Amino acid sequence: MKWKYANMRDAFGKTLVELGKKYPQIVVLNADLSSSTRTHYFEKEFPERFWNVGVAEQNMMGIAAGLATTGKIVFASTFAMFATGRAYDQVRQSIAYPALNVKIVASHAGITVGGDGASHQMHEDIALMRVLPNMTVIVPADFYETRKVITSIVETGGPTYVRMARTDTPMIYDEDYVFRIGKADLLSDGDDVTIVAMGLMLSKAIEAADELKKEGISARVINMSTVKPLDDKIVEKAARETGGIVTAEEHNVLMGMGSAVAEVIAERYPVPIKRVGIPDVFGESGESEELMEAYGLTVKNIVEQTRLVMKMRE
Amino acid sequence: MSQRLDYLKDLENVIPDLEKKANRARKWILKMTTEAGSGHPGGSLSVVDVLVALYFRVMRHNPLNPRWEDRDRLVLSKGHAAPALYAVLAMAGYFPEEELMTLRKLGTRLQGHPSMRLTPGVDMSTGSLGQGLSVGIGMALAGKLDRRDYRVYVLLGDGECQEGQVWEAAMFAGHHRLENLCAVVDNNKLQLDAPTDKIVSVEPLAPKFEAFGWNAIVINGHDFKEILMAFREAEKVRDRPTVIISNTIKGKGVSFMEGVVKYHGKPLTPEQLKAALEELGGDVE
Repeated sequence: MKWKYANMRDAFGKTLVELGKKYPQIVVLNADLSSSTRTHYFEKEFPERFWNVGVAEQNMMGIAAGLATTGKIVFASTFAMFATGRAYDQVRQSIAYPALNVKIVASHAGITVGGDGASHQMHEDIALMRVLPNMTVIVPADFYETRKVITSIVETGGPTYVRMARTDTPMIYDEDYVFRIGKADLLSDGDDVTIVAMGLMLSKAIEAADELKKEGISARVINMSTVKPLDDKIVEKAARETGGIVTAEEHNVLMGMGSAVAEVIAERYPVPIKRVGIPDVFGESGESEELMEAYGLTVKNIVEQTRLVMKMRE
Repeated sequence: MSQRLDYLKDLENVIPDLEKKANRARKWILKMTTEAGSGHPGGSLSVVDVLVALYFRVMRHNPLNPRWEDRDRLVLSKGHAAPALYAVLAMAGYFPEEELMTLRKLGTRLQGHPSMRLTPGVDMSTGSLGQGLSVGIGMALAGKLDRRDYRVYVLLGDGECQEGQVWEAAMFAGHHRLENLCAVVDNNKLQLDAPTDKIVSVEPLAPKFEAFGWNAIVINGHDFKEILMAFREAEKVRDRPTVIISNTIKGKGVSFMEGVVKYHGKPLTPEQLKAALEELGGDVE
């Protein structure tokens, strides 16, 4: 399939500038990665509402919390690794527990960070954030979904984690796409099986469904961009109507979106499930696409896992 | 915005009144922790004089309007001293003093460590050490951005200064010359396990903060005149944040608790409480 590509980080940075004009209470923090996270666009436009804290993510999360106590809408951005791993306790104690209006928008999540290797490839961030009470967790799939997500979270109060990739990603949506927090998007209907994907695995899920169609298998494709609160209704409905589920995410298979889906079907309507994701190992250096290939984050693997799910059902 | 009190005026009448309030707060600290069966009386007794000075003389605040936008803020970064903060907030009128005896009990508004969502007058939820100075910075930045003249006070422990985040924050506040921020280190020289200088020394504190761009003042944290003069000096410094190194005695006010490590996190028995209250001049009236 031929995709057009664009970068979610650009969508974030430029949308933030537009929102900054509309909302004077938006302030932005960064930890020496403002060009990487694209918050430098905001800095250029609103220097008085932007602070670069230097290489000090823990301090950044505390400052974010303090700003939020005064009614500011605070964006704190850095790499996913440092936002959720390095500063976990600060996010927990100073942001999630007091339910402060801080938007943690992290980039460079997952294996597609590429050459930087395991130290920077964050596969545990969804796990860490989804177990925090009060925290909303969102993983946009492409440029336009990122735009819509950033706009939505400004309009809703409370702690939020948004995860973005480093690489350009296939453009699935356009400007007309409507995103709602907690509402999954049904991309194509199907009766035989369901593929639930998030982030940059969504385009691969769409391609996998096309492959399966050639074999006469009708796969439903769902974009689970809000991991928390999870759209449990759409998951239960898919389990009832298609009888089998495959999840696909660029995250450890443990405790990520696939686990969240599995929790729902185990309790509501147990059906066979397979989870495509990083198999509980640390990553390594390489090109993004070859790493996706090496760790099974492929169209081929989604197709294979779908066949397995259908076999389990027989 | 409103005028600040000239709190160095009329000290001969003010100080005895503050001493009386601190004495009452000490009794409440001991009573509520004994009633709860757990809590941190030692570090509450060392910091309580500074809290009394802040809430009854220095800070601009209104118990009838706890979320007043122009109020001075206080972040109790050493959140385990919650009993001291609760006693002072109750006495200031944020909630009834009788409620203090619900400390740490199921369903209470008075959690073991402060929660801004539950307790009127608490400006930030704390408990995990080392985080409050960063939060105070965020409040101070917002004050400058919005051209509000409130001041932000952050209370740290000396043991807490072993946390790396304290120094990340100190570096930022110094760099940005946040003169509306004032930190107090309750330097009681004991931490949970042993004397701080036996575990990992944090001294000398004043030169450390000065090297990070702060104005540092060293005081006896149980002398109200010194406390009030330090806060006044801090207000006058217009080009940098101020840290007050408040030398205190852990367990201050009760002879058998003073300087004793174990009272960091251990309340008195009912018998000890009786003896302590007698030393303090009898139960709360």
